Amino acid sequence: MKGLIKKSLFFCLILSVCACAARQKNILEANDSQVRLRSIQSRVYDYTDRNRMLRTIIATLQDLGFVIDDADENLGTVSGTKRSGYSLRMTVSVRPRGDTQLIVRSNAQFNLQTVDDPEPYQQFFAALSKALFLEAQKI
Amino acid sequence: MRSGKVLHIPMVFILVALTMLACQKSVPREALMFTTESLADRQLQTRIFETNHEGKLLEASAAVLQDLGFTIDESEVKCGVIVCSKDRNVTEFYDVGLSIIASLFFIDYEYAVRQKVLASLVTRPLEEDRIAVRITFQHLVWDTKKELIKNERVNEPEIYQEFFSKLSKSVFLTAHEI
Repeated sequence: MKGLIKKSLFFCLILSVCACAARQKNILEANDSQVRLRSIQSRVYDYTDRNRMLRTIIATLQDLGFVIDDADENLGTVSGTKRSGYSLRMTVSVRPRGDTQLIVRSNAQFNLQTVDDPEPYQQFFAALSKALFLEAQKI
Repeated sequence: MRSGKVLHIPMVFILVALTMLACQKSVPREALMFTTESLADRQLQTRIFETNHEGKLLEASAAVLQDLGFTIDESEVKCGVIVCSKDRNVTEFYDVGLSIIASLFFIDYEYAVRQKVLASLVTRPLEEDRIAVRITFQHLVWDTKKELIKNERVNEPEIYQEFFSKLSKSVFLTAHEI
């Protein structure tokens, strides 16, 4: 019985140490390699009009059921949250790449977790590409 | 043999706990996809105004949002965005009554007490001097234990219809500088 109590105490101690470490790590999250994260969160578009791109991103987010939380033309960022029993928050930024392209980067947070699975980002960029295509066709 | 068994119990418990932590839900598949409802939602949430004064339209929109008791949290005219919210007490008298009756039987009765409504309004210039205005509402509701019990989009068509009828009036008033 004594042994069991000792062991349980030991495991509790280990768990609390792990929890402390996790809390510290979350401040500057580095779960993944920076390069991998950037590559799954970014897409390059042959598009030069930054304002139009921002407006298309806003429209896409609205189509996906997001409420816009913030937009800044100077910085080139848009943030929005989708609530449907869960909270999915996204920030999308647009910056020029050379004279003929724009890099769109998005990062998402699902409830209290960061999203590092490539699939949701692929879906978002597919939706954005579709919106850009329709925009170009003026549909 | 006996000590081996004792060691296994906490180990199994920890493994189960770790597995549960690892199985936290991820982004639902349909969250970032256009669905069949996307188009219907867009139609419900959008009205088109025949004007080319985006700034004036935003001004009229901000005025309606203020009429409806919203406070403006953010705005970016260059992107045609207004973000606003309001916090309200949503306690109903019958809930208070029921909670008193429930307490007589030592039962906890939780009910909605606070609601936060969030809205974002976006204008988008279209061709031929037309501008589309789209508004989306979401609401969050907390109960007496301060637990979040509702966290979703507002879907009632009447709310959007009422908003746009007010906006049409406001556009008229703004155009006439009233």
